[in-house]
Amino acid sequence: MIQLQGITQAYGAHEALRGIALDVAPGEVFGIIGRSGAGKSSLVRTINLLNRPTAGKVIVAGRELTALPEAQLREARREIGLIFQHFNLLASRTVAGNVALPLELAGVAPAEIRRRVDELLELVGLAALRDRHPAQISGGQKQRVGIARALANRPKVLLSDEATSALDPETTRSILGLLKQINREFGLTIVLITHQMQVIKQVADRVAVIDAGRIVEQGRVIDVFTRPQHATTRSLIEEIVPQALPEGVLARIRALMGERPAQDAQLLRIAFAGDGADQPLLSDVIRRHGIDLSIVHGQVDEVQGQPFASLAVFARGAREQLQAATAQLRSAGAVVEEVPHV
Amino acid sequence: MFDSFTPAMLELFASSLVETLVMVGIAGLFGALIGVPLGVLLRLTDRQGVLDNALVNRLAGGIVNAVRSTPFIILLVAIIPFTRLVTGSSIGTAAAVVPLTIAAAPFFARLVETSLREVDAGLVEAAQAMGATTWQIVFKVLLPEAMPGIVAGFTVTLVSLTGYSAMAGAIGGGGLGDLGIRYGYQRFLPEVMLAVVVVLIAFVQAVQSLGDRVVRRLSRK
Repeated sequence: MIQLQGITQAYGAHEALRGIALDVAPGEVFGIIGRSGAGKSSLVRTINLLNRPTAGKVIVAGRELTALPEAQLREARREIGLIFQHFNLLASRTVAGNVALPLELAGVAPAEIRRRVDELLELVGLAALRDRHPAQISGGQKQRVGIARALANRPKVLLSDEATSALDPETTRSILGLLKQINREFGLTIVLITHQMQVIKQVADRVAVIDAGRIVEQGRVIDVFTRPQHATTRSLIEEIVPQALPEGVLARIRALMGERPAQDAQLLRIAFAGDGADQPLLSDVIRRHGIDLSIVHGQVDEVQGQPFASLAVFARGAREQLQAATAQLRSAGAVVEEVPHV
Repeated sequence: MFDSFTPAMLELFASSLVETLVMVGIAGLFGALIGVPLGVLLRLTDRQGVLDNALVNRLAGGIVNAVRSTPFIILLVAIIPFTRLVTGSSIGTAAAVVPLTIAAAPFFARLVETSLREVDAGLVEAAQAMGATTWQIVFKVLLPEAMPGIVAGFTVTLVSLTGYSAMAGAIGGGGLGDLGIRYGYQRFLPEVMLAVVVVLIAFVQAVQSLGDRVVRRLSRK
């Protein structure tokens, strides 16, 4: 649905985007995550060419936007909805008036505009607030207006630029729920830009991590969560799946090691996702290899409806047994790595 | 002290008030007709504007600054040939409207430009993302969103015009200011001068509070 090829954006000597290549499939929710200043906003604006890249091709719904003349580009933009962090609603217009704006711009007949606006306000649950002005509604409600407005011309793609970053966690969840619902009901392709891994975790199918203008990692969300490759990805995931162990835990482990120095011991980080997380993998390993495992830290959660676990485990037993246990875990699909602890 | 307010004087007062209203009203109207497009042009062609054109921007800005820095009394006489071309005469109330308009337009244009600049760039971006043309951005986004500020600016313009119109007497434009100078100052009738000032104060107050009321009604922030 969206293809970006070799996108480079230079502002003088500074390159905000460097050779970005992305391919977003129809109907998917694609997340782009990065820290502030990584180039996320520049990137999302190249998709509708509000930001014209210095080099590279942008293809949306089979049309090469970078090759279109201005008038056709304006037409093409109607197929790409955009929602913003700060909503960007017109203060002078009511809720209904804001949703009507893109339809007016597209020259839709007044009767049709009225019908469509009612339908959209119903969809985002704001029918009762249609005559309020933006100053009279909450942030979450404003974003719902933004979403209704972005959907007005029945776009093929919805771009979300930090749409939940100005909202509290509960409102964020409800807005993301709405986006997911729209994605499912209409098969709308959604690209979300965010700095919050929580957002990616809740709605994205695939994710790309952007750092200093480059995509450093991309893949299915569940894979990126279980096997983060790049340092930036790890640190972003750290926010919701802590990777580093608290000092107190490390101190306890050192104490345990001191108790029985004769025994071999390892501190392991075990991450598993999908079916593996459902099976009694750990107890099986303990039984079969006669080792002791104690979970010292970790988290069991759900990503994209799939169970996901990241655990720090202190394992004690004979060296061969520990190795065999690790091998069994790996063959069951878990990611196992030893954590240095001293 | 009320001796000076003879029926003839009261009639003169009334006709002077009408002249002031005509000068301020018509110059305000034409000033707005020129000032709004000029303000829009200044906003659109500046560096963050949708049309970003340094040459046009500097040219328009230069003209605006030139007119604004010319003292009104000099402008009044300097453009007499142009005034004669437009109205057929270089004296009288109609003739005074021309320089008043020329003074009001760039003044108001700057106020319009400032109001337009206060419209969040995000709104323009949102409109562009919806495929809006430049015209649509101006008429559907910029002007409606800036309307409270533009009306406030128009109020200020009318008040300034009221001040300028006092100088219109120099080319026989008449009006209250002229009455105050001729009778109050030149014929030593301070009570006439006082009456003129009181009426002008009342007029400006009325314009200002009407303007404020409209701004409050338009303002949705």
